[in-house]
Amino acid sequence: MADLHFLANPARFRRFSQRVLPGLGFATVLMLGVGLYMAFFVAPADYQQGQTVRIMFVHVPSAWLSMGGYALLAVLGASLLVWRHPLAALMARAAAPVGASFAAVCLLTGSLWGRPMWGTYWVWDARLTSMLLLFFLYLGHIALSRAYDDSGRGDRAAAILALVGVINLPIIKFSVDWWNTLHQPASVTRLDAPAIHNSILVPLLWMAVSLLFLFVWLVLLRTETEIDRRRLEVADQTQ
Amino acid sequence: MTPKRRRLWLLIGSLSVLGVAAALVLTALNDNLVFFYSPTQLAEKTIAPDRRFRLGGLVEQGSVKKEGQIVRFTVTDTNKTVKVVYSGILPDLFREGQGVIAEGSLGADGVFAAREILAKHDENYMPPEVAKALKDSGQWKERK
Repeated sequence: MADLHFLANPARFRRFSQRVLPGLGFATVLMLGVGLYMAFFVAPADYQQGQTVRIMFVHVPSAWLSMGGYALLAVLGASLLVWRHPLAALMARAAAPVGASFAAVCLLTGSLWGRPMWGTYWVWDARLTSMLLLFFLYLGHIALSRAYDDSGRGDRAAAILALVGVINLPIIKFSVDWWNTLHQPASVTRLDAPAIHNSILVPLLWMAVSLLFLFVWLVLLRTETEIDRRRLEVADQTQ
Repeated sequence: MTPKRRRLWLLIGSLSVLGVAAALVLTALNDNLVFFYSPTQLAEKTIAPDRRFRLGGLVEQGSVKKEGQIVRFTVTDTNKTVKVVYSGILPDLFREGQGVIAEGSLGADGVFAAREILAKHDENYMPPEVAKALKDSGQWKERK
């Protein structure tokens, strides 16, 4: 009976996700289509960077989402460790690879932008290094959650890593203010007006919302899969 | 205290300790986390002539002189300046008034011999027409 009780909350989640997933998937495709069109054809070239500025439309939202995704892992980790929320572990398993992918996209696009603009693919400045650390924290989370035969132990170990790694988020954000870095300081998320002209800012924010939709869609879909997988495991064990 | 509250306080407690530890480590390592020195910081330090480090600032207006492969220019932070000599290919964004980071070492004559030059991009993004309009109307703000 205990196993069935454990599934009660995820089952409710599953009914909810099955209702919203089709609409969310449709909205994501539509938003991304419009966003990419704006990024490639509507937005003007930059006065200094020329066409290379278009990399930013993917790079910056990916950076935001990889950091937001890690904050989500930490919240899920806390709700697993403190409140033993049964869904938290499943959603953390679902979210970690998605966040890791956004971190990888951020690092790769940034590297491709850096070569023509800075003159180098990579430097070990505080911003780039802390962002690489975030990617490794994601990989560690994925590996740790799958490192035990008992998935519950893996979930708890990964939850602790997620909470410890949260220290890195403010370091990434403020690295460009605290230390001299090659990476430029924030253009959008600062207290005074953004340092980006509206014709470039609007497509950027549109892309950020589209990729947020993609993120939520992927995490919900993958959480559903994790619930199904756990159900099959339980079914196997009780046979 | 219920187990839930105990776990919550344990979590808050350990995260605060961890946060303080991280802040202390980062403060202690402050000097090593700096990617480059500005000319002012350089003036306050004594750096051995052969030690490699990075120098960052703006390329001073009117200071770039090219003699074949060799480029000479001055890096400024509007307070202090350092003369730089470099031989090689410059990145696209390298120009007068633009941010630059040079890696190399100080020569005995006080001239910084750069082995690598990186261009530093600023945080401003706008279409060329807007940049031109700002310059024409005199509202263009040069960076500090």
